[in-house]
Amino acid sequence: MRLRLVKQNTNFDFFKRWKLWLGISGLMMVVAFVSFLLQGLNYGIDFRGGTTIRTESTQPVDIGVYREALAALELGDISITEVFDPQFEADQNVAMIRIEAQEGGEAVEGQLISDIGAALQAADPGLKLPFASVESVGPKVSGELIQTAVIAVVLAIGAVLIYIWLRFEWQFAAGAVLALVHDVILTIGVFSELQIRFDLAIIAALLTIVGYSLNDTVVVFDRVRENLRKYKKRPLNEVLNISINETLSRTFMTSVTTLLALIALFVLGGDVIRGFVFAMIWGVIVGTYSSIFVASAALLYLGVKRDWSKPDANSGNQYANIDPKP
Amino acid sequence: MLQIDLWKRITILLTCVAGLWLAMPNLFYTTVEQHNDAVQAIELGADTPENNALRAQWPEWMPSGLVNLGLDLRGGAHLLAEVRVADVYANRMESYWPEIRDALRPERETIGTIRLQPSPSDEVHVRISQPEGMPRALEIVRGLARPIQTITGVGANDIEVRAEGDLLIVTMSEAEKLASDERTVQQSLEIIRRRIDEVGTREPTIQRQGSDRILIQVPGIGSAAELKDIIGTTAQLTFNPVVSRGSDANASPGLGNKLVPSLDEPGTYYTIEAAAVVTGEELVDAQPAFDQNGRPAVNFRFNTTGARKFGDYTAENIGSPFAIVLDNEVVSAPTIQSHIPGGSGIITGRFTVEESTNLAILLRAGALPAGLDFLEERTIGPELGQDSIDAGKIATIVAFLGVLVFMFLSYGMFGLFANVALIINIGLIFGLLSMIGGTLTLPGIAGIVLTVGMAVDANVLVFERIREELKTSKGPARAIELGYEKALSAILDANITTFITAVILFAMGSGPVRGFAITLGLGILTSVFTAIFVTRLMIVIWFERKRPKKIEV
Repeated sequence: MRLRLVKQNTNFDFFKRWKLWLGISGLMMVVAFVSFLLQGLNYGIDFRGGTTIRTESTQPVDIGVYREALAALELGDISITEVFDPQFEADQNVAMIRIEAQEGGEAVEGQLISDIGAALQAADPGLKLPFASVESVGPKVSGELIQTAVIAVVLAIGAVLIYIWLRFEWQFAAGAVLALVHDVILTIGVFSELQIRFDLAIIAALLTIVGYSLNDTVVVFDRVRENLRKYKKRPLNEVLNISINETLSRTFMTSVTTLLALIALFVLGGDVIRGFVFAMIWGVIVGTYSSIFVASAALLYLGVKRDWSKPDANSGNQYANIDPKP
Repeated sequence: MLQIDLWKRITILLTCVAGLWLAMPNLFYTTVEQHNDAVQAIELGADTPENNALRAQWPEWMPSGLVNLGLDLRGGAHLLAEVRVADVYANRMESYWPEIRDALRPERETIGTIRLQPSPSDEVHVRISQPEGMPRALEIVRGLARPIQTITGVGANDIEVRAEGDLLIVTMSEAEKLASDERTVQQSLEIIRRRIDEVGTREPTIQRQGSDRILIQVPGIGSAAELKDIIGTTAQLTFNPVVSRGSDANASPGLGNKLVPSLDEPGTYYTIEAAAVVTGEELVDAQPAFDQNGRPAVNFRFNTTGARKFGDYTAENIGSPFAIVLDNEVVSAPTIQSHIPGGSGIITGRFTVEESTNLAILLRAGALPAGLDFLEERTIGPELGQDSIDAGKIATIVAFLGVLVFMFLSYGMFGLFANVALIINIGLIFGLLSMIGGTLTLPGIAGIVLTVGMAVDANVLVFERIREELKTSKGPARAIELGYEKALSAILDANITTFITAVILFAMGSGPVRGFAITLGLGILTSVFTAIFVTRLMIVIWFERKRPKKIEV
């Protein structure tokens, strides 16, 4: 007896309301974008400069006490959050303190860090010194990091666009890229809505989402291309439907194994990379959705060249099949 | 039909074995690490019994390459420093002034008196009292320009000379600035490397980033502040002629001169010529020593050019005081007693033994040619790193088991094949990482976990396709063959696109993100390899043995 996530020979009609799906996706993108505009992202120090200190104490963290202890140092805007993780020991109390970038273009001086340590230890005798981690990024670098991150995401999308355009046709590339943009915007939207810290690692997650979502889309498109040759007379929406149904079992298998692995990491991997893993989990879900409801729907909207009677440069690609006569 | 040539089978098998063989040392991480350290120590001359015992822990014929652990896993400090390349311009132009002065002096009749004027750091302004003589002055100063080697090979000079009224302006050329920046950064890099090596920490990373930045990562060090102390921000040693000595901190030193405090006599200030006679860059050796009175001192020796300059200067200036300046403080200002031809000398001052030793180290390693600005500092404690490793390990194992069970439940026998391939896959990733000396970071572990989830994708694609082909009942062998054939294009396209993003991440990212890109990229390569070749080989071998009439996928 085999485990089947999707029963065999499904025949869902994915395109009965394809305009509605496209509309919903469009709306969600608008919501995400508006949230981003209104609320902005909770940028980590990688992107806005400043210092984060991870403290560990044997006593419960009292944010008010910490805040008071640091007030005398006049550090400007401070945010203190307590960190929870199921794997912490009973007497392991962790907090993250974020301090805004100080004057000048450099990182924070070691002297300031030891002052902060002394002030906190006076308020909380259980505090362990040196700090578990101290990271400081000067505003000069953080500005560049934002730039690099944006370039990386745009480059990745551009490179993929070109690849798919070369391997398929431009409508496929447009559909795939639309799905990617959708995924990226929705991910940024979720980070803005939930105000999860957005740092360099999240950019890595974003690019992975780009890769993963594409992975899904390409598998569907590959089947579409094959079926377009197989069912020459059928309308495009039927061909798309057949292709999605045929690959549905695989889509779910892969999404589930990936999610399985990611959820294990989310629960057990520690709090340091939880945001990163969260972005990827979200990306896998959104990516799976978008390869069907955005990429394929966009393909349906754009239409593809169906006239194969003329000799066509694209018809004989290197993976074309030659079968013997039955 | 289902066939794989014998030589292909052997190649596939050998590749797997080689990968796993290379990955194996990582299972005995601490032992191998101690062995490697001991080997290195013995090479450097520490041939002690302990080191030999540690070396013997791991047989020589076994591979000993390990996956480096990133700072976020091992703990340590990370610094991104920007070299103030423009610092050097001022020194460079200051050193031109004596040359210009000496060249113009014999022509006083045509150009009149010459006086140094205040100027921006990359220029020298000289006023001449007879503007009619300007063409002659320009000609002479232009004659001082030296051609510099550029990559394009186009002849460019190091200075540009122009006149504005009675002002002669010497500017550092753009080409010279570029060449100077390059030299400054290279020199800083080398010096930082030497200083960190003197301390002897394990596997420091000292890399140039962009045109004027240096990235320094040292595992195992307590804090970024400690690392900064080792690097030392400047420790610039120069030898300058002394103009006068006084106690007024606000005295105007006059053009071309500067006022510097004394290191060990509070309230004493020296006016010295800004252009140094010799600099610490021309030192070849410095050793802690004691002077004739038994007080700690530092012996030094110049290279040939330094020795010549020093020799000439001492010969011409017997009886004049001479300042030894370290980081803009006068260490001592002895009077030149005699011509010092050999280029070696001794620095005396009120040092403790420790201070003289440190000074000797700093001098020996060489002075940083320019100051450093620290743009990014990160310190990760060793405990946090260990916590991350532990959490990463557990998560990976759980993810791994989950996927294994799930694959078996879904595809039965074929799932088992995919599982074996997955295990080999992880082995290969570690093997490749050890071979290229890659670094494993926390996001890198995430990349591996993600690979665990996604690596089965290629197998899933093939298995699903075989299922479909079975429906059209062409017989199991044909179905397997067609399954692989038809899934290939999807597998390649899907993985190439992901690989493209991994490459971009690698190129644009830094540190931990780069670690993620490496494991993701390697994971894609190995998972395609294991899915297309390894699983297939297992299926073919199984099929040849059993020859089943019916298969269930």
